[in-house]
Amino acid sequence: MSELIDLTAAQAADRIGAGEISPAELFETYRQRAAANELNAFTWVADAAPDGDGYAHNTPLGRVPIAVKDLFCTEGVPSQAGSRILEGYRPPYTATVVKQLAEAGAPLLGKTNQDEFAMGSSNENSGFGPVLNPWDRTRVPGGSSGGSAAAVAAGLAPWAIGTDTGGSIRQPAALCGIVGLKPTYGACSRYGMIAFASSLDQAGPLTRDVTDAALILRHMIGRDPRDCTSLEYPGEIELPKADDLNGIRLGVPEDLTGAEGGVEPGVRDSFDATLKLAEGLGASIEACRLPHAPHALSAYYLIAPAEASANLARFDAVRYGLRVGGDEDLATMYSRTRQVGFGSEVKRRIMLGTYALSSGYYEAYYGTAQKVRTKIAEDFHAAFEQFDFIVTPTSPWTAFELGAKTADPLAMYLNDFLTVPMSLAGTPAISIPSGLSDGLPVGFQLAGPAFSESRLLDAAYALERAIGFDGSEARA
Amino acid sequence: MLDHAQVLHVARLARLELSDDEVGRMAAELSHVLDHIEKIRELDLDGVPPTSHVIDVVNVLRADVPAPSLAREVILAAAPERLNDGFGVPSPGAA
Amino acid sequence: MNATAGKVEYEPVIGLEIHVQLSTRTKMFCGCALSWGDPPNTHTCPTCLGLPGALPVVNERAIHYGIMIGLALGCEIAERSLFHRKNYFYPDLPKGYQISQYDVPLCRGGRLGEVRIHRVHLEEDAAKLNHLGTSGRIHGSERSWVDFNRGGTPLVEIVTEPDIRSPAQAREWLILLRTTLRQLGVSDVDMSQGSLRCDANVSIRPAGRPEFGTKTELKNMNSFAFLESGVRAEIERQKRLLDGGEPVVQETMHFDPRTGNLTPLRSKEEAHDYRYFPEPDLVPLLATEEMLAAASADMPRELPAERASRFEHALGLHADTARLFAFRAELGDYFERALAAAGEDGRDGDHRLEPAELSNWIGPLVERIGSETDPATSKVTPESLAALATMVKAKEVSRDAAREVLTLLVQEGGDPRAIVEREGLGAISGEDDGLAELVDRAIAADPAAADQVRGGNRRAIGPLVGYVMRETKGRADGGEVTRLILARLEANA
Ligand SMILES: [Mg+2]
Ligand SMILES: [Zn+2]
Repeated sequence: MSELIDLTAAQAADRIGAGEISPAELFETYRQRAAANELNAFTWVADAAPDGDGYAHNTPLGRVPIAVKDLFCTEGVPSQAGSRILEGYRPPYTATVVKQLAEAGAPLLGKTNQDEFAMGSSNENSGFGPVLNPWDRTRVPGGSSGGSAAAVAAGLAPWAIGTDTGGSIRQPAALCGIVGLKPTYGACSRYGMIAFASSLDQAGPLTRDVTDAALILRHMIGRDPRDCTSLEYPGEIELPKADDLNGIRLGVPEDLTGAEGGVEPGVRDSFDATLKLAEGLGASIEACRLPHAPHALSAYYLIAPAEASANLARFDAVRYGLRVGGDEDLATMYSRTRQVGFGSEVKRRIMLGTYALSSGYYEAYYGTAQKVRTKIAEDFHAAFEQFDFIVTPTSPWTAFELGAKTADPLAMYLNDFLTVPMSLAGTPAISIPSGLSDGLPVGFQLAGPAFSESRLLDAAYALERAIGFDGSEARA
Repeated sequence: MLDHAQVLHVARLARLELSDDEVGRMAAELSHVLDHIEKIRELDLDGVPPTSHVIDVVNVLRADVPAPSLAREVILAAAPERLNDGFGVPSPGAA
Repeated sequence: MNATAGKVEYEPVIGLEIHVQLSTRTKMFCGCALSWGDPPNTHTCPTCLGLPGALPVVNERAIHYGIMIGLALGCEIAERSLFHRKNYFYPDLPKGYQISQYDVPLCRGGRLGEVRIHRVHLEEDAAKLNHLGTSGRIHGSERSWVDFNRGGTPLVEIVTEPDIRSPAQAREWLILLRTTLRQLGVSDVDMSQGSLRCDANVSIRPAGRPEFGTKTELKNMNSFAFLESGVRAEIERQKRLLDGGEPVVQETMHFDPRTGNLTPLRSKEEAHDYRYFPEPDLVPLLATEEMLAAASADMPRELPAERASRFEHALGLHADTARLFAFRAELGDYFERALAAAGEDGRDGDHRLEPAELSNWIGPLVERIGSETDPATSKVTPESLAALATMVKAKEVSRDAAREVLTLLVQEGGDPRAIVEREGLGAISGEDDGLAELVDRAIAADPAAADQVRGGNRRAIGPLVGYVMRETKGRADGGEVTRLILARLEANA
């Protein structure tokens, strides 16, 4: 058993292909671990391995089961986006990426817990209770894809997918000591992903290593006729193989990593050590400018809540989901249902977004934020003229204790300081574990220009091998 | 800065029945966040075009060809209130 | 210029906002088929039901139709336009926002007839909200239920400038718009079915004053007649207010066509704040050369406004008749077929039928078949109407007798010549002895009138002509009779 869960997903797929292990045994091993659910990482776990298409033979993903963030709609399976307003909701259709993965041979293991509607950086905003960090169960796993990150780190799932709006894949991956990749905006279909902020949301992999991330991403990308903002991916995702970084120019944006970023000393040490390793692999390292990036957080906390305030208007107690006050008048039904069904962070962001769009404030807030977004995207364009990748710590700090930041929303929002700029620019970014600080994982982020995923994975792979991070402790 | 009246107005627009307690807390929290966010208004953004999409794509259109619809029983199964083969609600005209 | 002492004369200022359901096969943003009369909630999908995670994709044909409408109205087609979200809560709006064009609509400017177009934009229709209770109306109902079949139907919204100055003009212009859209083939444009819906913005101002008064909005008048009577009632209401020294309040009014009453729609809880912002699920729309060319290629050869101009200027019809025939295309079509038949009749010279003469016969026909009926569906073929008009011109039948023939044609159809023969309605000519005798009898019956005519008062001839016409049951030609009477009286003078 313990041998099975120490395999990466790619290794497990190889063994299944070679007939050395049975896919049913692998599924059942993970199914039981997931169902025990000690970390509260799952909101639903499959009863049994599926048969039929989702479990076909000779598939590229080798019949290695996958955990899927709750907000991906999955036909007939609870898809609640971590919200009580959707408790027990079983959609009549399946999200495109989930379908693509099933067709490529990754059967659905379970749905993972998350911050409600992906709003959060600690997973404490789930309507179904917080997820615990497998490295230290008194700490948060990060968020909003915290269930997916904790499940992969703890060996409750071979691999998982999540969504990243302002860091929701990269930050929990960092805090749980795994790999998380946010693709180029438009690389993966958003159809069937319960929306948080439409212009920022992207699906991506959370995996034990970089190879697994590449393998799964291959089958997530592609233009979907049901999503106008999805794009034909130029070329393919290559499996990574680089063992050096010769000629790679890394830019360190001091606008982000300087004092304002508030990076913890332990995180900084790990980051500096990783830069040294990169240099040793042949990379050049220089400071780079992203002058508007420090304002990304502000722009993000206007744009994302504004879009969310509209995206969440459909939760109105008419067609599905919770209803409270339906015997009263219409206005009471709406406002009481939404009051009871949404958690406090969701309400806070709906309020913020509604205010930012409201008459008289649009230009000052939303309009200004969109202009800042233009400047940030321009900063990245300019930087990528000079550098192959921009590197930062993924999160300013390691996993914090449950409840440590819940009283101060702004402090919580600062979690995203280093990940939000890439989200606004729409560029791909990956977080890999760079080591431990006081026994807790630290993430190292590499960001590249649009559609540079294969090169990004290659560089991450070379670094990963040099770092030699051991995550087995979290699976114990 | 948001005062109580503004919070109540925004909550009404967003259809949220906030408790008195929450109104006060929301006013303080949102004001705190906005204080931070408002710094972007000091940037010189004259003549900068807004970005609502980072992707540079236009005219993604669909041919006018019918696709299958969902079965009524399937969609009504999720309805909080089923009424006359439809979704029941309090009448907007009710007293 | 005061009509009566102390009373101001007012000028109405009217603008219209029209919603048109496009007759595409599928909805605006999803592949559900459009349907009318199908069982409720049988044409929905994750997108038009606003299910979590679903996304919109724009219907290509809706854009095509939108561009055609823009071209027909002489608008400028925006090279690049955007969709926005218009946010508000209502049970018939599944996403809590309507996807609509806002600050950059597909079409701007333009003109139809004498009314300028402000803008034309695309959006999606709301679903249908049904109300329980005896009346099926919203007021007094306790529960309602939503049918999402209609939700997401492509709509084009057309907004005019406030160029309309009377209720009758509003009605006539809307008929012109309907005919234009029908001819484009982009919509059923049926007000009773809701595929054409009209709101009116109405204000009044003292005549000659350039500033606008405070306007009110009249919602959803669901027939041409109700549009006219609703706007008229609102103008009267505003006049009473202003004459009584009270201000007009900017509000939305509901017109009840049964009672003629106007009631303010209960104002929503708070003033609307739609919080428009660019729809992040859609990308900008670019009107490419190809799209413009494809729309142009699908345009009809002649639109109603052009047709009216041709009828008036090339065919010499009276301006009102020209507009009527062009705006009610079925009348124009019938007229043109009759005109073609008259041309084939082979007559020439003095007997050749002028288009204006023929046009005078459409009115009597419509009177007899009912103003809502398409004459092409009547028993009177365009050929027989042309034949009848030609016989009148050739004085083979008198005008009055021809009207009788027309009545019979409407009832039984057939050939007008055969009817004239059968009924003995052929014209009595001056050479006919009977007519000379009748003239003598007319003079004998009213010597006083005869004296007046002899005395130079030609207008006194009326009763004498009338006598003859009565006696001949209208078969005689009025001009001929007048000539005969005058000749007789002068001969005796
Ligand atoms: Mg509209
Ligand atoms: Zn649909």
